[in-house]
Amino acid sequence: MNADALDLRRYVAHSPQSAAVWLALAALVGFGLLRYENFGSAYNLTSFLNYNSMFIVISVGMCFVILTGGIDLSVGSVAAFTSVVAAYLSPYGIQVALPGAVLTGVGFGALNAFSIIVLRIPPFIATLAAMLAAKGGALVISGAQTISVDWTSNFTRMGMESAWNLLPWSIVIVAAVVLVLWIVIERTSLGRTVLAIGGSEDASVLMGLKVARAKAFVYMLSGGCAGIAGVILASGFGAGQPLEGIGWELSAIASVVVGGTLLTGGLGSVPATVAGALLLGLVFNILNFENGRGTISISAYWQMVIRGGFLFAVILFQARVTARRPGAGRPG
Amino acid sequence: MMVQDLPAARPPRRAQWRKLARGNGGVAALIALLVFNALVTPNFLQLQTLFVNISQVATIAIVAMGMTLVIATGGIDLSVGAVMALAGALAPLIFQSALGTAYPGLGVAAAIVLPLLAAVACGLFNGVMVAVLRVQPIIATLILFISGRGIAQVLTNGNLQTFKNPAFSYLGTGKILGLPFQGWLALAIAVALFWVVTRTLFGRYVLAIGGNERAAHLAGGPVRRVKIGVYVICAALAGLAGLIVVAINSASDAARNGNLMELDAIAAAVVGGALLQGGRAPVFGAILGALIIQLVKYTLLANGVEDEVALIAKAAIILAAVYVQQTRKE
Repeated sequence: MNADALDLRRYVAHSPQSAAVWLALAALVGFGLLRYENFGSAYNLTSFLNYNSMFIVISVGMCFVILTGGIDLSVGSVAAFTSVVAAYLSPYGIQVALPGAVLTGVGFGALNAFSIIVLRIPPFIATLAAMLAAKGGALVISGAQTISVDWTSNFTRMGMESAWNLLPWSIVIVAAVVLVLWIVIERTSLGRTVLAIGGSEDASVLMGLKVARAKAFVYMLSGGCAGIAGVILASGFGAGQPLEGIGWELSAIASVVVGGTLLTGGLGSVPATVAGALLLGLVFNILNFENGRGTISISAYWQMVIRGGFLFAVILFQARVTARRPGAGRPG
Repeated sequence: MMVQDLPAARPPRRAQWRKLARGNGGVAALIALLVFNALVTPNFLQLQTLFVNISQVATIAIVAMGMTLVIATGGIDLSVGAVMALAGALAPLIFQSALGTAYPGLGVAAAIVLPLLAAVACGLFNGVMVAVLRVQPIIATLILFISGRGIAQVLTNGNLQTFKNPAFSYLGTGKILGLPFQGWLALAIAVALFWVVTRTLFGRYVLAIGGNERAAHLAGGPVRRVKIGVYVICAALAGLAGLIVVAINSASDAARNGNLMELDAIAAAVVGGALLQGGRAPVFGAILGALIIQLVKYTLLANGVEDEVALIAKAAIILAAVYVQQTRKE
């Protein structure tokens, strides 16, 4: 699929869903621009990207995990935990807080990797346990309070200011991460191994691929991505938020699935995942605008229902696609 | 699970240790917990403590038994907590409606039957997703895990519903022979499910599907129907548990009812001896598991350990239990 990504016709033929996501995204943006006056405003663009940069980075980490056929349910709690860590480190500036928080996230990822690879515990149980541990841990280290960041250091610049007066720093950093990860999956042997594991883990082992190493990598990567999201969270809201992150893993999984990545692993793409995350975010952005116009009145509780409905629609679509693809479905 | 000593004569080989832990670990852990509490926790050996724990453990046990059946087919149901919230939100809406207040008896009956039907519908949805559309159980049940609680909150507008309805509250506060009603209910369900698993064709197929789904299918088993059946049973039991929680509190909070119950239920099922790969359905094991989970919770709470630390302890229990159960894979 490496060459396919560059050839538009083959891209559409090979992953109709990814193409559909980009089309849907373009259609929604067009709809928003035509219907709402302030939709294309710098303010809306900035706040939209700033908020969704957290979900984009988590979704891309999740994409890697799902490509291997695994799942990481701990990302939301880990982001909450790392946001507290980042808030504590904020007096030393972003140059300390960002690596510190990311390393903490990688640590949780390493914990997941250990449970999954060494103890052979199924990924969703292992990461569910990590989710509990991170949630409890975040409450313990913060004393169940939001931890205010140091406003005098450069820490809040990341979540609140724009680079070159153009785009928020958060989205610049996330874009760089996405770009690197895209190259990793498309152009490196590590990326090839990740895809191969999702195709068939047993075959990958038999072929002599470094399966354990690649699996450890994806979980640590996912933890690290959650760490970045935690920093953006703390920086953008001015506080470490131990109670945030509930349901983020679901948003991330939904983004990955919407982007056309097969939940069984082995097939998927990084840019389409970003498109999926943007699409999900845009749906809520447009709902907010509609709420503002008074055409509809939707409480916050509907968000969960809509998110679930969205996931349902995409899974139905994916089930049809996989059914048509001979040999790609699950056995049994 | 880690508490027992090995007999000195046996070589401390890992496989043997695991086998021993798998066979008796649950019972040993329960006894250890009881002894520990009797020695350390103040006022543990009192009837009041027993009542509190039975009324708390019943909901976990009821959900865990349904989960055990789902896990026995090699599946999982993450939506149980959301289904609890949905059923729990519906009940007060029904018996507090105009019709429910006009005919109190009918209102309470409808407030039990209709939420259970809603739960069954959720189970049907899960089952069809898994068995017919062949979506992985984690993902299929994730849909209702997200939106089920959302629907409950939309229905109640996110409000806490409080009520006074002795007839309905009997579900959670009634007593038979001095012991909480829901404890007896859980026991009755356990006996019924045990009979289903060991004595009926349905039970045979549940185990067969978990053992080898393809073989069960090739042998002419009604794989789809049985799989849908286990999700329906699991959801119905979750709905019942949701009603009990609401009855205990005389209040329904859609945001909190059944929150994280999927974890407790999975943990209880696994601690009770269910294999995540399927093929085993220890119904009474689920009750044992639920007792252990509840006692750990109670022990930490009664000894002044913070809730947050209790979460971490729960995570460790789940990991340990699954690790010990993971031998059949090799």
